[in-house]
Amino acid sequence: MPEPVSAPAIRLAAATLHFGKTRLSFDCTVPQGAAVAVAGPSGAGKSTLFNVIAGFETPAEGKVELFGQDMAGRDPSERPVSVIFQENNLFAHLSVADNVGLGIDPALRLDAAARKRTATALARVGFAGYESRRPGSLSGGERQRVALARILVRNRPILLLDEPFAALDPATRADMAALLGQLHAENAVTMLFITHQPEDIRRLASRVLFIEAGEIRTDDPAERFLDREEPPAVARFLGRDPAYVPS
Amino acid sequence: MFSRAERKGLRLAGGLTLGFVLCFAGVAAAVLLGHAESGDGGPLLDPYLVRVARFTLWQAALSTLLSVALAIPVARALARQRRFFGRVWLLRLAVVPLGLPALVAALGIVEIWGRQGIVNDLLHLAGLDNPVSVYGLAGILIAHVFFNLPLAARLMLAALDRIAPEHWLTAANLGMRGPALFRLVEWPAIRRVAPGIAGLVFMLCATSFTIVLTLGGGPAATTIEVAIYQALRFDFDPPRAVLLAALQILMTAALLGLIALIGRPDEEGATAGRPIRRFDGRHRRLSDGAILFLFAAFTGAPLIATLTAGLSADLGRLALDPLLHRALATSLAIAFASASLCLLLALPVVMTPRLADRGGTDATTRFLARALPATGSLILLVPPIIIATGWFLILRHFGDTTRHAPAIVAIINALMALPFVVRVLEPAFRTHLARTGRLALSLGVTGANRLLRIDLPALRKPLAMAFAFAMALSLGDLGAIAIFGADGFVTLPWLLFSRMASYRTADAAGIALLLGFLCLLLTLPSASAEPETKGRGNA
Repeated sequence: MPEPVSAPAIRLAAATLHFGKTRLSFDCTVPQGAAVAVAGPSGAGKSTLFNVIAGFETPAEGKVELFGQDMAGRDPSERPVSVIFQENNLFAHLSVADNVGLGIDPALRLDAAARKRTATALARVGFAGYESRRPGSLSGGERQRVALARILVRNRPILLLDEPFAALDPATRADMAALLGQLHAENAVTMLFITHQPEDIRRLASRVLFIEAGEIRTDDPAERFLDREEPPAVARFLGRDPAYVPS
Repeated sequence: MFSRAERKGLRLAGGLTLGFVLCFAGVAAAVLLGHAESGDGGPLLDPYLVRVARFTLWQAALSTLLSVALAIPVARALARQRRFFGRVWLLRLAVVPLGLPALVAALGIVEIWGRQGIVNDLLHLAGLDNPVSVYGLAGILIAHVFFNLPLAARLMLAALDRIAPEHWLTAANLGMRGPALFRLVEWPAIRRVAPGIAGLVFMLCATSFTIVLTLGGGPAATTIEVAIYQALRFDFDPPRAVLLAALQILMTAALLGLIALIGRPDEEGATAGRPIRRFDGRHRRLSDGAILFLFAAFTGAPLIATLTAGLSADLGRLALDPLLHRALATSLAIAFASASLCLLLALPVVMTPRLADRGGTDATTRFLARALPATGSLILLVPPIIIATGWFLILRHFGDTTRHAPAIVAIINALMALPFVVRVLEPAFRTHLARTGRLALSLGVTGANRLLRIDLPALRKPLAMAFAFAMALSLGDLGAIAIFGADGFVTLPWLLFSRMASYRTADAAGIALLLGFLCLLLTLPSASAEPETKGRGNA
């Protein structure tokens, strides 16, 4: 596909959805290669933003453009996007290698070359030789690494991570963040991740989108976001204003 | 989680329950064995017995195969199409056969598939002159599929809905389509529950009595249970009935053992969290619509036929029929007594084993904790017809069987409902105890106080559901009553059966409507109160 070099990786223009009485509307531009943290209170619309980009949710109005191309009418699998959730990224009845292999062929018709690619990807996330293991025998952090290996073989330019570290303990979290930072640097992907921890922003993010009540409230470089004193919801997120009570 | 006095009380109640059930079944069994010895010593397994046993297993195997295989496309279509007009009603329709008396369903199926039914009319229009005969193997299979296809489809749908919602999103993101989605996501989930479902359906079909009695045709299509009934009521040949009963118990024991190995299908629905969203439904709306329409027509048509045939009966005359009044009163009285007894037996079966939840109990408690759940399921091993046969042989020594028969029928019906009632109450009580056990004990709310103020009010809903279900089961059943039914002892199913047997079809249709209505009134409110996943709930 022709990709104008200047086109942003993601452009949302008044992409609007209605859930009963709730209305969500997103406007933002994410440059290619950015590492963007998406923060905000629960229920503000962070996952919905991801659903709109990934094609799981179709906006009633507005536009979704990825690399300058209008995504209207494109199925999730036809978009340049890979997704990782907090959990359940792996099918428990498939081996680790098959779970990664799904990223090459979703019907699992894998030839020797494809098998080799999955093995290489597994080695890159530190899982060489784990091909025949089942996800059930792995820890939460290990399962997320296998999911990352799938992202590697799939090789799509946008990566959406929906709270990828939320279920992990602090040490595993730091390891995962380091691995993710490394993959981001090496593969020049555009990466968005939802987080509730300012710590993750410091580790990984170049930009921060803060979402409140269905809208993108602030869009800053990471350092500027971390220095913010307002609006109140951001100050609260950063732990600056414990007296603030969300309305 | 129990005080010392409570432990004592529960042990006593458990002991009494165990004693009552074992004595009641034991006496019947002893009498049967006594008659076996007095038999004429003919060949143990004559060709007739072999044929009956073979047909019993053969029709059950075919019924199971058809029900489970046809349930797969239905469950997949329902799981895939999450939003369409009438989805909720289709799910409710799938629950209806569960509460419908077999006798009523059999009548509805004859209306649709019989010689004058709509199916044969359509076949005739299509130029086929050989009508489908509803009597014999075909009718038995249709009826068994009518009951078990919706059950199997619901259990499979629950299994599909238990798949993590993220998996459907991941599959859509990766571009997994039709066949690959089935092979890699749906089939593994169905395969896990299929053996349990098949075991359950096989057991239900192998011990099916009413359907085979009404739709089976002659000696070529007879199951063991029906053969027992015929041996007793037509040939009056107790030794043969006993031989058949022994064969039946051997078969059910083997089946129960097999099912215990396989494990039971889990009926729980999806866990909360992300709503399930399917992206493969859009392209298959037409084919899924066709599958679901056929399913709705197959399940719904006999119900509609029952309704229309019933309404066109001379209901005014029926309403004034004193025999119908007597049958209705008898049926309601037996159903009420039977449901009450069932709950009385179920409470110790559910509560007493909890005494052994934490170690350090005495041998008596441990024994009760093991024996009581088995007692609750005794009727699966020794079917109602067999216990009824035993008690029939006893009562006939005391002159007119109809004097004591109502009590016996009520007890047998209570035992018949016991496994289902225990299945409703057991998880509810377990959760309740985990929630309130410690608190009640620490506050000193124990004994009758606890039962009346905490346990019964908190368990009101499952108890009401269990009671209604036990009542409906007793109301609609043609099992024990088939052995005891007589001019002096008439229940609604027995009256309906006699009207069918004497070809008074219009009367039969009217009675079937009344019986079906009563049973669904009791079972549907609780059965359709399944949790629906709603709202958009974030992760």
